[in-house]
Amino acid sequence: MQKRVHYNTSYLPYLLVAPQIIITLVFFIWPAMQALYQSFLLEDAFGLSSEFVWFDNFVELYENPNYFDSFIRTAFFSFAVAGLSMGVALFFAALADRVVKGAHGYRTLLIIPYAVAPVLAGTLWLFLFNPTLGIMTYFLDMLGINWNHKLDSSQAMGLVILAAAWKQISYNFLFFVAAMYSIPKSLIEAAAIDGAGPAHRFRTIIFPLISPTTFFLLVVNIIYAFFDTFGIIHAVTAGGPGNSTEILVYKVFNDGFVGLDLGGSAAQSVILMFIVIGLTVVQFKYIERKVEY
Amino acid sequence: MLKKTIVAASITAALFSAAASAAVEVNWWHAMGGTNTERVNKIAADFNALQSEFTINAVYKGNYTETMTAAIAAFRAKKQPHIVQVFEVGTATMMAAKGAVYPVEQVMNDSGVELDKSDYLPAVISYYQTPEGELLSMPFNSSTPVLWYNEDAFAKAGVTTAPKTWDEVASVSKKLVDSGMKCGIAVGWQSWGLIENYSAWNNIPLGTKQNGYAGLSTELTFNNKNVSGNLQRLADMQKDGSFTYGGRRGGSLAMFTNGDCGMWINSSAYYGSIKGQAKFKYAQAMMPFDSSVASGPQNSIIGGATLWTLRGHDKEDYKGVAEFMKYLSSAEVQAWWHQETGYVPITTSAYKLSQEQGFYKENPGTDIAIKQLSLNTPTENSRGIRFGNFVQIRDIINAEMEMIWNGSKTAETAMNDAAAQGNKLLRKFEKANK
Repeated sequence: MQKRVHYNTSYLPYLLVAPQIIITLVFFIWPAMQALYQSFLLEDAFGLSSEFVWFDNFVELYENPNYFDSFIRTAFFSFAVAGLSMGVALFFAALADRVVKGAHGYRTLLIIPYAVAPVLAGTLWLFLFNPTLGIMTYFLDMLGINWNHKLDSSQAMGLVILAAAWKQISYNFLFFVAAMYSIPKSLIEAAAIDGAGPAHRFRTIIFPLISPTTFFLLVVNIIYAFFDTFGIIHAVTAGGPGNSTEILVYKVFNDGFVGLDLGGSAAQSVILMFIVIGLTVVQFKYIERKVEY
Repeated sequence: MLKKTIVAASITAALFSAAASAAVEVNWWHAMGGTNTERVNKIAADFNALQSEFTINAVYKGNYTETMTAAIAAFRAKKQPHIVQVFEVGTATMMAAKGAVYPVEQVMNDSGVELDKSDYLPAVISYYQTPEGELLSMPFNSSTPVLWYNEDAFAKAGVTTAPKTWDEVASVSKKLVDSGMKCGIAVGWQSWGLIENYSAWNNIPLGTKQNGYAGLSTELTFNNKNVSGNLQRLADMQKDGSFTYGGRRGGSLAMFTNGDCGMWINSSAYYGSIKGQAKFKYAQAMMPFDSSVASGPQNSIIGGATLWTLRGHDKEDYKGVAEFMKYLSSAEVQAWWHQETGYVPITTSAYKLSQEQGFYKENPGTDIAIKQLSLNTPTENSRGIRFGNFVQIRDIINAEMEMIWNGSKTAETAMNDAAAQGNKLLRKFEKANK
């Protein structure tokens, strides 16, 4: 009897995972290795001559003050986007949690921005805030604020943060609502009977109980701000004015595809790769273990 | 290995059967968007209708940067087009790629198609020649920055003639603002107009080694008193709106055509757009020169793009490329293209033909660009520029100029910083293209 359930042919499990392994190898590992290899090369655009230069491309980045600035800028941008979109999403979720009538419609409406492509989201905000034609510019002008994000670095940064955060609110909202659903109603009712108001209940019961979700979202949002906001930056500011909105991933594109400096660009993407690996390790190792109910 | 042979054999077989049955196909990747796409398609279609041996496929590949990147990526994958349109700042990169580029003069000679270089305007052709005089790519759409101005606004402000010097620009701007205009002057493609052409027009070098023509060891020298002095003047003019910044590319067009700004320095090739959008009387004049630097203007340098031939195709294909290049630069095609778009005609015969057709009489000012380009025999400073990685360097210049405009740097510091960063990229280019 035992023989029936025992697989003595050893290739079956390998066969079953093979498609996944192949896809990972072809679409993830191979390009990553290519980038790693490219980052050690100094090559002309056409690939006619290439020289193995060891860590020259990395040294150059290390010595480039613009790259360091871009690092700081990216960190600021990521935390601002994560903070803003999570804050707003949490607020909406807390309100949605209390809505009884029409909750479905309310939630559906809030999810719509998630379906908008980054470039479109960027263009949308660009139209609203266009220095000559934008409706928001017009209103701001009435308030005495001169809006010109083509020239004003902090306005430009504010605008891309706003656009990037807006797009991510839906995603965060969904997770927060789901997390709040999983909190036992009896806990909240008990607190209510004890006389805790909605704000007090949120602070002492709901917020601590959804903290695993919050930490998960923090990592996801930072990764989003690092990588997926390319389209928004490209559409809204193209990295300007000055370099004031050139975040790391945009610099990879600019140096590689516009400047045709493949080695330098590859070196930057290798660094980004290590950042993501680092963030993922942090998420798996510390956050998911340490945050508990 | 066996697989490769089979694939190669079947491809060869396919090519042979195609050649036997149909015309030789020649692919042309270009970056002409909007209405110019139709014009490019018309040129290709006319050529195809004229003969049956070759078929030109014109394919729009996005803006200049995208088209160039696409062609380079295609070359690396061995799928390159025969002809690709590359903008002028990509020239040094293309030149350095000797194994990839088939110089157009050689293409013509190898195919036995005549090329009369003496007919081409010197300021146009010199940008794309080797130091020995070999023509590397075929000029197609060339333009140069001119001063566009709003004649109605000038009349209202009591200004009778277009400013000839930057001092006059400053005083005219002031008058325009005083007469109620929102802004005096704006500039498009600022690095091209205010640094590259400013230097050529006033006959001062932009970099060492004849602006890069004489070798890869060139260094940028635009961080001089003249360039930064003029930029600082513009920065100071922002206070009362005499100068207003409107973006890195051509986006400030709207500021001129909606009547906000009375003057605009940008390419002559905006003729078509301005004609369609401006609801006032407009005219073009020569760019202003700096009377503290030069006693008069030298000649301006071009912008726009040329057609490069890429290696790696059959000999027969290049015959088609040569025939097409000849057709493209014929007086009729060039005159038509020039009159439709505002790009300058690339040959003297196309210029003469436009004169005979009465185009300049009917449209006064449309020959300003040509006059500017051929004002004097080009010098080492005004022949053109040839710096590697210049696409990136222009980006740096743009970023630094924005810091001047928003007041975070003085013009002098910004230009020093731009030159220092640019020189690093030049060294990198030199190293990669030994």
